[in-house]
Parts: sequence; structure tokens; C-alpha cells
Amino acid sequence: MSQPTTLFDKIWDGHTVKSIEYGPSVLYIDRHYIHEVTSPVAFLGLEKRGLNVANPQKTTATPDHNIPTQDQHLSIQDILSRNQVDMLMKNCKNHNIPLYGLNHKWQGIVHVIGPELGLTKPGMTIVCGDSHTSTHGAFGCVAFGIGTSEVEMVLGTQCIMQPKPKKMRIKIDGILSKGVTAKDIALYIISQISTSGGTGYFIEYAGSAIEGLTMEGRMTLCNMSIESGARGGLIAPDQTTFDYLSERQFSPKNKKWEDAITKWALLKTDEDASFDKEYLFHAQDIEPMITFGTNPGMGTGVTGHIPLTASLAEGERVTYEKSLQYMGFNDGDKLQGKSIDYVFVGSCTNGRIEDLREFAHFIKGKKKADNITAWIVPGSKQVEAQAQEEGLIAVMEAAGFKLRQPGCSACLAMNDDKIPAGKYAVSTSNRNFEGRQGPGARTLLASPLVAAACAISGKITDPREYLN
Amino acid sequence: MPIEKFIKIQSSAVPVDIENIDTDQIIPARFLKAIERKGFGNNLFRDWRYDKSNNIISSFPLNQVKYSGQILIGGKNFGSGSSREHAAWALYDYGFKVVVSSFFADIFKGNALNNGLLPVQVTSAELSEIFETIDADTQATFTVDLVHETFTIDNSEKVIDFEINPYKKECLLNGYDDIDYLLSLKKEIEIFESKERYG
Repeated sequence: MSQPTTLFDKIWDGHTVKSIEYGPSVLYIDRHYIHEVTSPVAFLGLEKRGLNVANPQKTTATPDHNIPTQDQHLSIQDILSRNQVDMLMKNCKNHNIPLYGLNHKWQGIVHVIGPELGLTKPGMTIVCGDSHTSTHGAFGCVAFGIGTSEVEMVLGTQCIMQPKPKKMRIKIDGILSKGVTAKDIALYIISQISTSGGTGYFIEYAGSAIEGLTMEGRMTLCNMSIESGARGGLIAPDQTTFDYLSERQFSPKNKKWEDAITKWALLKTDEDASFDKEYLFHAQDIEPMITFGTNPGMGTGVTGHIPLTASLAEGERVTYEKSLQYMGFNDGDKLQGKSIDYVFVGSCTNGRIEDLREFAHFIKGKKKADNITAWIVPGSKQVEAQAQEEGLIAVMEAAGFKLRQPGCSACLAMNDDKIPAGKYAVSTSNRNFEGRQGPGARTLLASPLVAAACAISGKITDPREYLN
Repeated sequence: MPIEKFIKIQSSAVPVDIENIDTDQIIPARFLKAIERKGFGNNLFRDWRYDKSNNIISSFPLNQVKYSGQILIGGKNFGSGSSREHAAWALYDYGFKVVVSSFFADIFKGNALNNGLLPVQVTSAELSEIFETIDADTQATFTVDLVHETFTIDNSEKVIDFEINPYKKECLLNGYDDIDYLLSLKKEIEIFESKERYG
């Protein structure tokens, strides 16, 4: 009998063209997503070498990082952003790469459109010049972010050279309490294992709480894997996965669909397979979370206090104090009740239809607080259209919120959606680094539900106060 | 394109004793709009080197004339966050050839190696010793020898061994890059491509 193996091993080893002794694996890539920011230099490199794109049909492009989220029908005002988007269009045209450009009905954040179009499928290897490529692991894929030199490698050869990561399993058992979502699981895990706890590993998420998540929730969780330092995270595909993929634009159809799900159902970790590291957490220990510092590991339950500096190891205190100083907080502070200025709902972490539904259902019949500027940004044109169809936009407008147009927006503030210096933003995005949402901006990461509660009350609020 | 060879350097170092230096600090997102790979060094650590009115923040080590050299010493978990290769480009373009830390984020490490920037991982005790050495003598020099995989504190002649993947070492010593190697595997890739697999 063959050795029991993990899901990760099955996919990785099944895509290894060649292993170099004591060196990296040559890994074959099934799908390559590209966007305007990390691809131009890679195309330039290809041209210098006189190479063509090896497999344009395995490549999918969309502009998302630097585009405006208002008036997308007009020419992009920022010259540098416009140049990058034009360059992406030109490169895709020259190399016959399918591109869903601005105003195309399938445009959106690359990690939102891949799954919703059915381009991401179980068992695939997927890369993109963006660290949140880990999102696609939700479908049982080995998906990870890469640098621009590696984008060039994949464009030129459909392969990449990568050292094989170690394997970690994080099990979450039990049932999530009301008001607790996938985002809270992600922030909880990172607060427990730190932003470097996953470095060197590829995570498999398992356990009953994970199995109970929707595909949108699984994507949120896998998306945040990189924030623990892990290259990626994946979840074994199951009926929830198949139901999501059924009838998507690029999903197999008819007999091919039947064959595909038979094959995908085999994608799981064998009973006795071993991991290099394992964690077990309990769903009932997880509260709605919020971060208070400048890395995603600096998080606590929304009803909590900022940990005392004295409670940290001596070597960590200087960095911790610098972080609290940037945030304008003191150790020991209670978070609930602190006034905030902005609410951002969107990004590849929480810009999907389910996130907008959660937000809209929460604020329905309530009013946005006067002190809050809210930016609600759909992850894609399809999400935008569905929000319209479901009446979510009307609900938001009645409560004083306006839906913008799709893009990465204030998650990394490459466009005009910048949080002003010193202002506090409760954001459903993935990073609270210094200046991430604009120079001097102060970010508090949270779920769409927590963001909704904060938008209504104007201060840090536990959404469970409103839920019955 | 072939990368610049790295064999051995001797240099003083710039200490940035902060943990979890993420790639958004190394090069903020608003400077990622170029379509060519040049000039990123000007914006290295932009928001730590300059305040919002573009005044120099004199306390930041890169702005202090007493510190110089081709080696950057950073706190634990260097290069976390975004996969932007611009972080490695900015460090290299600024003039750094080596980054030393007690822990590197995976993607940053790969990006650095693909650009001829050598990440040297030491223990946390060794990292403290290096910071202390620079504290005592800002022009203290260090010798980084890739062939022997050693980092030497020249003042004390203390030799610290570091590890690097043998394949990557070969690439750096000879200035090879991965694409040249992958292109040589064209036949094998085509054969692999024709086989059935998941996905």
C-alpha cells in the first residue's frame, strides 16, 4: 500500500515536472492570473529574451489594483495608473491573453473573478503576482503569490521553481457563535500563531467549523493565510465546493462535469497522513475580532482590551510600543466605544456577494452614523450586478451608504481611495500595516458585520449588541 | 536576464532594529506604478525616511550619515506581507547587496534571491550581537562570503555560518537565473503537459 499523503502533497507532487536534488521543484502551473501592477516588468523581460507567452489560454488578466472606483466609464485620471492599465491591455493583445478590462461585465479583483467565473477549479496549481492568491486554496488548490521574476517564468514556460513548503494543519472544531464569521476565524488564528507562525508552511484548514463555511467564507479564510506568513492555505473540496462551481461560465458541463466531480471528490488528505505541525482550535472560543496594531496578528475580541506592553517578551516591546504610538492607542485601552472615522467594506478578503449581503442585512432599516465616511466596494462587476438584483444597493442607499465600482480600492490605496493621515478606518481588508490605506492612515481590521455595526454607531461596536 | 554575480563582499552595515518590517514599509504601494524596473531606490522606506511634508526624518538610520554600506540589518520577520518584488528592487537599487535578519518571509526571500540580493539568516542571539557591534562602532565592517556560507564580524573575527539552498547558491555565484534553467527543460515540460492530472 502506498504511503498516506496530504491533499497538499497530492497536488504538489502531481504537478512536479522535475525535482532538483537539494533544490526547488519545477512546478507546472495550471492557471496564472495577472493584473496591471506586477506584470509589466515581466512582459518587458520576455521581450528582452525574445520569448512568447507559453500558454495564453492558461493566463487570465484583469485590472484591479490601481483603478478608480467611481466614474470608471471615463479615462483614468492618474497618468501613471492609466499607463499601467494601458500596458496590461497592450501586453494581453500582443500575446493573445484573455483580458476582462474596465467596464467588461466580468472585470473585478483578480481573486474574486477567478472563482466566480469557474476558472479556479479543485486540484489546480494557481499563481499570481499578488500574495492573496492564497484565496483560491478554498477550492482545494495549491495557490500562492509570486514575485515579478516568477510571473515572467510562468508566462515564458508555464512552470515555476519553488522549494516545497512544510505542511501544517489547522483544525477548528465546533459551531461558530452568532455574529462570528470566517474573517474572525482568520484574525483569531493569526492572533494565536502570529504573523510569522505560518512562514515556511502550507496550511490545510480542516474540522467541522471549516466544513460548515460557505465558499465565500472559505475564500476569506484562505485569503488571510499569507498574513500568518504561510504561502497558502487550502481546504478539501466537498459538496459545498461543487455546488458553488456548478454552472459557472468556465466550469465543465454535462458529462465532463460528472467526470470532474468524481475526480475532485478524491482530493482529500489520507486518514493517517502526517503534518509537520498541527493546531487545534475551538469555534466557541472565537469572538468577533478587531485589530488594534500595525500587523494582522495584533488582534483581539471586539470586547477586549489592548494587551499591556509589560505582558510581552522584552525583545518585542519596542516594536509593540512603536505600533501603538502609530495607532494613537495606549496599552490597556478598551477598544469598544473608541470613535472611528471611516468604514471600508471590500477587497479580495471581503468584497464578495455574501459580504455585501451580511453588511446590507445588518444595516437594513438603520442609518449610517454622521461621523462616518463609508466606502462600500464590490469585488467585481458580477458582485455589483447581483447586489443590484437582490436589492442590496437600495437597502444601502436607504441607510445612507453608496456602492462604488469594483477594484482593490482602499485596501492598498493605490488609487484615490486613501484614508487621510491620522484617521481611523474599520476595514474588511487584510492588512493594517503603517500607511497601507494611505500615508498615516490607521486601520482596524474586522469582518463585514463588525464594520456594519461600527458604521451605524460611529465607534467600535460589538455587532452582537444588535443581533437577536 | 542574468543577475549580477555575488561571491564575497566586505562592508559596513545599516541597522534598522524593527521587527516585522513588511514590504509596504520597504516600498509603499503608491510607488508601484512604474512599468519599468528602475528608480525604486529613491522611495525605499519612503514613509520612514520622509514625513508627510517631505522633510527628512533624521532619526531614521538610512538618514544618518554615521551609517552606510551595502548590508542592511533588519529585525525579525523581515519582508512580510505583499509579494511585490519592488521591495527587493528598491533595496538593491538603493545599494544593498545583503539583508541580514533572524527570520525572513518566504516570498521576500525568493524575490531577493531572484535579484542577486542575498538574504542572510542568523539566530536572534547573533542578530543582537550584530546590532551591538554597530552600536559600538558605526563603521564596523562585516564580510559576507557566499562560497563558504559565512558572515564574519570583522572586529571580533566572529564567524557566523549561514545556509543557502545549493541550487540558489550556484545561481548567485554564476549569475544564472531560473528562467534560463526552465527554458532548458522545454521538452520535459511539454511531455508533462500532455499527461492527465487533477484540475
